[in-house]
Amino acid sequence: MPSRDPVIVGIGLSDYPVAPHLSTPQHHAQAMQRALADSGVAKRDLDGFCCVGMGGGPGEAMVMAEYLGIDHRYVDSTMTGGSSFEFHVQHAAAALRQGLCETVLVTYGSNFLSARGRTLGTGGFGGPGGRVHGPDMYQAAYGLSLVGAYAMIARRHMHEYGTKPEQLAEIAVGVREFAGLNPKAMYRDPITVSDVLASRMIADPLHLLDCCVVSDGGGAFIMTTAERARDLRQPAVRVLGAAGGQTHWNISQMPDFTRSAAAKTAPETFAQAGLTPADVDVLQFYDSFTITVLTLLEDCGFCAKGEGGPFVAEGHLRRGGRLPLNTDGGGLSSCHSGMRGIFLVIEAVRQLRGQAGEAQVPRAEVALCAGSGGFLSGIGTVLLGKS
Amino acid sequence: MEVIRGQEWKRPKPAPDASERPFFEAAARGELLHQRCPACGHRQFYPRAVCTACGADPEWAPSAGRGVVHTFTVVRQNGMPPFKHELPYVVAMIELPEGVRMLGNVTGVELDQVRVGLAVEAYAVEFEPGLALPFWRATRSGP
Repeated sequence: MPSRDPVIVGIGLSDYPVAPHLSTPQHHAQAMQRALADSGVAKRDLDGFCCVGMGGGPGEAMVMAEYLGIDHRYVDSTMTGGSSFEFHVQHAAAALRQGLCETVLVTYGSNFLSARGRTLGTGGFGGPGGRVHGPDMYQAAYGLSLVGAYAMIARRHMHEYGTKPEQLAEIAVGVREFAGLNPKAMYRDPITVSDVLASRMIADPLHLLDCCVVSDGGGAFIMTTAERARDLRQPAVRVLGAAGGQTHWNISQMPDFTRSAAAKTAPETFAQAGLTPADVDVLQFYDSFTITVLTLLEDCGFCAKGEGGPFVAEGHLRRGGRLPLNTDGGGLSSCHSGMRGIFLVIEAVRQLRGQAGEAQVPRAEVALCAGSGGFLSGIGTVLLGKS
Repeated sequence: MEVIRGQEWKRPKPAPDASERPFFEAAARGELLHQRCPACGHRQFYPRAVCTACGADPEWAPSAGRGVVHTFTVVRQNGMPPFKHELPYVVAMIELPEGVRMLGNVTGVELDQVRVGLAVEAYAVEFEPGLALPFWRATRSGP
């Protein structure tokens, strides 16, 4: 392996899913401490920093670099919503190859649940009766919730391809099974397809159990070059490919309600790695909603467009299936503190190191992370591989 | 399109700048606008200062105020006023024959009657004197 190939050498999670004792900066700090301890990297060796947080704004990396004390030569606060961290992998990998820095810390933290309750999915856009600007002028007055936006995506998929609610429900059931293996997951009791369909409708056709949890939580991972990784504590996980793209930002601008930018980024990611979907052993996909997973599955090439429903109904994403999905319990059952993309990378690394305990996928050598931000708007796909 | 005036407005209120006001002023006159590019013919909505296809200056263009439901949801939970008092209600993407889509509410229709492909027509509601937003209802029979 050429010496400047990018690898991931450390991971850390802050306390979740309910952590009222931690502020947002404290989530960043705790996750960093745990990633440093995991990797054996000395804090003074961090010379690259990627960071975003909920409500952090474009200055988040500056604010947190000061708080954490990172003397960076390379910094990036790219904000694409929940997929930001997949974009950060792409950018950090390029920076490492280019020699702009040697060791990059990526952090995320959010006290969303403790600070704001479960308002993320079912508040409106814009303030109540407030003044709105820009694209919100043509959206906010109609009372669309975040769940409702994804519901429109699901409705169109059902209309075009005959996708059924019970097929979407299967995704939630499989992820819950993995949550049962994670002592920290927010919800661990097994559920059935009938449970999902019987849970109350939030925005037709999405039920409560089609929607992710709202939690607190943060994460960190550390990237460096393959050469430096040799002296560190953990087996390095290779970044085999990474690509990002966007089709829209606001839901009203989604050009095709059944297709995301993953249809472009996934082929690019596989081409970088010289791999195909058949080579993937485990999936870490953004599961804000069951329809998010279904759309990403099709767009990443695991089945043809429109065949996601029958595909998931065959049980491939379950524990013991050929493409286990979200082995930490996902956003659907374990942890979603607003922007989940960092947890996809962290769980993929855990799997590829063989450290996933009961949730370990046998012979996991290649993992695909697919992050989604906004309303399936900004998509980042990352292929990771065992050394 | 019909314009409803004098109704109390509790929803988020657009605050357009001078370049954005024509859409809302036209709606208050009963006219539904979108944009067309004189250079390349591309049509777009929401209105903006540039053609997203070719980069030229777009112009306002009228639409007939009719469309079909492209996709929709029935919102059954929303904690924010005034919407929390109006549950359940329909939010839809409306496809206009001119070639653009608009987000909006479909009102005055039984929830189980809303479907993809439903024909709808626009009406406008004033949110302050001289400025209005479009809403949609099932197309009535007749000319």
